[in-house]
Amino acid sequence: MNLVGEFREGIAGSLRALGRYAIFFARLVAETPRALLRFGLVVEQVHNAGALSLVIIMLSGLFVGMVLGLQGFDLLERFGSEESLGTAAALGLLKELGPVVTALLFAGRAGTALASELGLMRATDQLSALEMMAVDPVRRVVLPRFLGGVISMPLLAAIFSLIGLFGAQLVGVQLMGVDQGQFWSQMRGAVEPGDVMEGVLKSAVFGVACSLVAVYEGYHAVPTAEGVGRATTRTVVISSVSVLLLDYMLTAVML
Amino acid sequence: MRQTRAIELGTGLFVLLGFAALFFLVTQVTSREFGLGQGGYRLTASFDQVGGLKPGAPVSMSGVTIGRVESIAYDFGEYRAQVTLRIEPEFDRIPDDSDASILTAGLLGGQYVGIGPGGSETFFKDGDRIQFTQSAIVLENLISKFLFSKAAEQQPADGAAQEPKP
Repeated sequence: MNLVGEFREGIAGSLRALGRYAIFFARLVAETPRALLRFGLVVEQVHNAGALSLVIIMLSGLFVGMVLGLQGFDLLERFGSEESLGTAAALGLLKELGPVVTALLFAGRAGTALASELGLMRATDQLSALEMMAVDPVRRVVLPRFLGGVISMPLLAAIFSLIGLFGAQLVGVQLMGVDQGQFWSQMRGAVEPGDVMEGVLKSAVFGVACSLVAVYEGYHAVPTAEGVGRATTRTVVISSVSVLLLDYMLTAVML
Repeated sequence: MRQTRAIELGTGLFVLLGFAALFFLVTQVTSREFGLGQGGYRLTASFDQVGGLKPGAPVSMSGVTIGRVESIAYDFGEYRAQVTLRIEPEFDRIPDDSDASILTAGLLGGQYVGIGPGGSETFFKDGDRIQFTQSAIVLENLISKFLFSKAAEQQPADGAAQEPKP
């Protein structure tokens, strides 16, 4: 009986958390037009979330692309069709690796920064101070950060895919000796603008998810040192899992 | 003030880089050439079997791409697939008895339409129809043909127990 009660409590708790997320998201969306009027705040957050993540994204993209070049070559060589390496690398990067790896890195690099910043603001009563001055902290503090993340993610994913493609080309063409013309022309023949759009759409959805989790967890952090730490951890865990979950669902719908 | 300007500069650079990457991916990595499809002229051809041919596939003559497949439709008049080709304007001297066949690029490559020039003195014009066509090869048909011919070869060798051939 006790077990059943606990189980029921757990289910209700998860549902309540999901509801709180939805309400928070709806509030952010509703306030978005007004936040866009003060675009300077958003620009600052695009800088924090996007421009400062550029180095890690580019470096990771290069290495992911290079590994893809090596693995792809090894696999395709068995079928005697190593010329398809360009196609394999481009489709893999554009549709899967670009959006997903970027989102995971984003959760680790920018999401944690957002969550701990907001959590510390909460812990040091800065958010309450804003409220006392009749400034809505959601509109002034949370929303620009959310929008900055949403804007940055597709751009970061595109940069990741592009650098990755050059990494794959570097390994495939310079190291493994795939013909450069074949690499690019087979890729052009097989990749369609829809594939690029699929990647952009995915990364936009991931951008919303990661930013929402980060600002929600940070904003609702327990105002102690431990609470802020916990909020940061939860941000990474929830973002990563939801990105992978969303990725499966989006792929199933769009494929 | 200085700080704000640096942030704006960095952000601008990042956004520019992002859109440049997106632009490169859309224009350089994909096949769809923009602006193509306005000029040139159309030819139609009917095939019994188009296989895996898709709109946007190249039309080539001796390996030179001269146009693209514009659309593929089913023609209930003659119960065949009707393929519309758009040929670039500079290739305007294709003999009007040329033939079209659906070929495969490499073992795993995509399918394309190959045009073999005929010997006529007059050339194709916009809206013309290619008379001589050869369909895509369907692997299953090929295999079943091969198996049947093998079986036919084997039958006499098996002995006289089989019923006599007609």
